[in-house]
Amino acid sequence: MSDVEDRVRKIVVEHLGVEEDKVTESASFIDDLGADSLDTVELVMAFEEEFGIEIPDDAAETIQTFGDAVKYIKEAT
Amino acid sequence: MFDLTGRTALVTGASGGLGGAIATALHEAGATVALSGTREGPLQELAAQLGERAHVLPCNLGDAAAVAELPKQAADAMGGLDILVNNAGVTRDNLFLRMSDEEWAEVLDINLTSTMRLCRGALRGMMKARWGRIVNISSIVAQTGNPGQANYAASKAGMVGFSKSLAKEVATRGITVNCVAPGFIATAMTDKLTDEQKAKIDVQIPAGRMGTPREIAAAVLYLASEEAAYVTGATLHVNGGMSMV
Repeated sequence: MSDVEDRVRKIVVEHLGVEEDKVTESASFIDDLGADSLDTVELVMAFEEEFGIEIPDDAAETIQTFGDAVKYIKEAT
Repeated sequence: MFDLTGRTALVTGASGGLGGAIATALHEAGATVALSGTREGPLQELAAQLGERAHVLPCNLGDAAAVAELPKQAADAMGGLDILVNNAGVTRDNLFLRMSDEEWAEVLDINLTSTMRLCRGALRGMMKARWGRIVNISSIVAQTGNPGQANYAASKAGMVGFSKSLAKEVATRGITVNCVAPGFIATAMTDKLTDEQKAKIDVQIPAGRMGTPREIAAAVLYLASEEAAYVTGATLHVNGGMSMV
């Protein structure tokens, strides 16, 4: 398990208050982890801060699952 | 009640009578305040009167880049930004048939667009903190209209619709967004009226007199308080009964 995955998982667990084992690669923030649309914006803000990157809106829209987030962040950092 | 000890507040237009009274009321309740406005002199005077817990942050609200920076500067100066009071406003009165695009744009830009920009800048920190209070100073004319003020009334009514939408978006995060709509308030601007003009205004007000800046500040203090947590998307009308909605 990579460092990026750990850090992203930690943010998701803390923010959405879900069990760690629910945060699988294909887990959708909205459909599986109970996020609402504002949660997804906040998650992206938290990712930006944690990794010191800027995630533009059109990219943020493509980040639907935990796996999407990890992939995007790995490519951006 | 209404104890703001430990809270931080940014008030725009604090060099004016209304903004100064609002900043003073929040400060009296224990908040640390950041005073913003275009004229640094009056801001410094007010800060000196308030003493500790007062910061001066001059800003031209017509300058988009400066406006975007202002919430950050406030948060840096005070260690956070819990309360945002969008009080600054301008008028460029003219009968609508004579109103230029510039007169329209300037009023909309400073009154409405800068309010939007300041909210955007302040929200991120409030979302994280799961606590925030935004109070936008609208006007009685947003409801009643006023000849010669099509631009001003549009900007103030715009603030109401904007505030309601934002209130719905962020309500789950402990952030409230409300408006205060003052009626006629005795400030430097209304001091210039003749006694006859003042008398004409007073007869239109059931309370029989103009309001005081302090009476507006009290409404803002309430909406900024912990106790007002369940009030959001509301417009609090403070107008001596001149318009009851």
